[in-house]
Amino acid sequence: MIPLTWDIVSHGLAESGRFLAIAVTGVVILEGLAYIVLHRLLKYKYALPAMLIIPAFVAVMALIIYPFGFNMYLAFSNMSMYRFKEFSVGLSYGLQNFLDVFRHPVLQNVTFFQLLWRTVCWTTVNVFFHVLGGLFLAILLNRPMRGKAVYRTLLVVPWAIPQVIAALAWKGEFHYQYGFANIMLQRLGLAPIRWLSDPRWAFIAVILVNIWLGIPFMMVIILGGLQSISSEYYDAAQIDGASGWQQFRSVTMPLLQPVLTPAVILGIVWTFNNFNVIYLITKGGPMEGTDILVTSLYKAVFEFYRYGFGAAYAAVIFIILLVFAAIYLRVTGGFKGAWE
Amino acid sequence: MQVGTGRHRGFFTSARGDSPAKRLLIHVTLILACAVAVYPFLRVVSISLRPGSALLSTDLALIPEGATFNNYRTLIFEKDFTIWLWNSLVVAIATVIIGVLLAATAAYAFSRWKFPGRRQGLVFLLTTQMLPPSMLLLPIYVMVVKLRLFNTYTGMILAYSVGAVPFSIWLLKGYYDTVPRELEEAAMVDGAGPIAAFYRIILPLSTPALAIAGLFSFMTAWSEFMMARVMLQKATMFTWPVGFQKLLDQFSTQWGLFAAASVLVAIPAMLLFLYSSRWLISGLTLGGVKG
Repeated sequence: MIPLTWDIVSHGLAESGRFLAIAVTGVVILEGLAYIVLHRLLKYKYALPAMLIIPAFVAVMALIIYPFGFNMYLAFSNMSMYRFKEFSVGLSYGLQNFLDVFRHPVLQNVTFFQLLWRTVCWTTVNVFFHVLGGLFLAILLNRPMRGKAVYRTLLVVPWAIPQVIAALAWKGEFHYQYGFANIMLQRLGLAPIRWLSDPRWAFIAVILVNIWLGIPFMMVIILGGLQSISSEYYDAAQIDGASGWQQFRSVTMPLLQPVLTPAVILGIVWTFNNFNVIYLITKGGPMEGTDILVTSLYKAVFEFYRYGFGAAYAAVIFIILLVFAAIYLRVTGGFKGAWE
Repeated sequence: MQVGTGRHRGFFTSARGDSPAKRLLIHVTLILACAVAVYPFLRVVSISLRPGSALLSTDLALIPEGATFNNYRTLIFEKDFTIWLWNSLVVAIATVIIGVLLAATAAYAFSRWKFPGRRQGLVFLLTTQMLPPSMLLLPIYVMVVKLRLFNTYTGMILAYSVGAVPFSIWLLKGYYDTVPRELEEAAMVDGAGPIAAFYRIILPLSTPALAIAGLFSFMTAWSEFMMARVMLQKATMFTWPVGFQKLLDQFSTQWGLFAAASVLVAIPAMLLFLYSSRWLISGLTLGGVKG
């Protein structure tokens, strides 16, 4: 055991303090430079907003875009465990990496297209139930009633529990003998299920967990959206004799759209990229039966040490999401509310 | 015909209000939903209180027979648990400070000025959310190795602080949009510059959104596992998600320790969440809602 000594405490404070000081100084210097260059020298009309945005963009560039570019560079390399320091880069390596994504199993058994199909199922089922469950609970909560605050607080609990804990706790609950799921099934007189050793059931198990995890976020977003809809619309609809369902279709849904569109896009992207739940519960197993694209990506890179291949694979996954988002935005009319 | 004026009436609510039967049904549904939401955590609490002899049991009682705090004692006094908590805390707090600082100002520019490239900027930020986190993991890993930031707080803070910024910018921009411009204009008439107006008017009014952005940054850093697992090899630097994994590897039968550790880790996060939950709904407008 390592005790938490004063040395360790002060080391943590000193190092994070130093980092914060450097970061804040960096922001001030960047803004100062931007002010001098844009405002004083160039007399740029939008010097002020530019100045406010620059630090965030520099950070995003350095820690998201640069690694992204570096990833693309690695995609054209033959980097692997044995060639970590000395790897070569070339078009032919890149071609091979990208072709390998589609040609061979990504890890040992499952091919790219199987994984893609499984990821699409995973995302669709999850987001569908997130939105459905979130909408249902938000509608129930969006009325004057007793105990509303208590319900709201308790319903948010799955979101408030760190995902690592939630995933590992659920893993225990799917234990064949001692898990809640099978104990309940047996008490109801049903046969226990091999949750984690049968690929099909394992996949159902991880989906159930992720649905449980994701409903509160949608519920909160939708509740916020519902509360912003003025009751005058409903009054008018009622005077016109609209039924509950008609009000829902012609008032609630259209007015909820601007809130729902970004929430659904984020939900899809986050679910598509969700690594924790599957990796912590099944590690993608059994027999890679619950792997989705991102878990197999992680395994290809950090368990099989196929760095160059992994980089190409990551790029393919990113492009899929990008194309999806572009289509979705076009179809739904996108973020009109956000541009004005 | 009486027309209701309640602001929060849902579409199922008739002007005359709900019948008692319907109200009962709604409460029953909500209680069931709450049970589903909370029960798994209560089970973890229950397992953490079990004495060593009863760890593997098919008993579903929430307060186990012979309940004891032994698991907690072992965890705090005989394991590295307190170190993991400290490390996670240091990294998470620094991440929140940097993330919110960067996002709060950038979002203000996006909300108040129509400069060229504004739309593209917002789309660009959204696009960054599409990068699979495991995609950035390898490049960041290589960068961290090269910068010799392996096993350091600096490396972790660096890797985490920017991750939540794009989402925070969207979140805060959506919220600033709902703050009437007239408030700053009035302040500027009184002689304040735009920056002073931002600090004195906008920031105080945006507490809900700032709290939520901070909460998200905190939660991401507090329970991040993938990056930490790759970047931390030294036992004194482990954050709790990494430590947990080791705990589970080493003591695969000691469910009780894991459960106790989970409770101790989940409680601060949950308290923070519940404390900010009063801001959660108003703070999370995601750029869509006006007014």
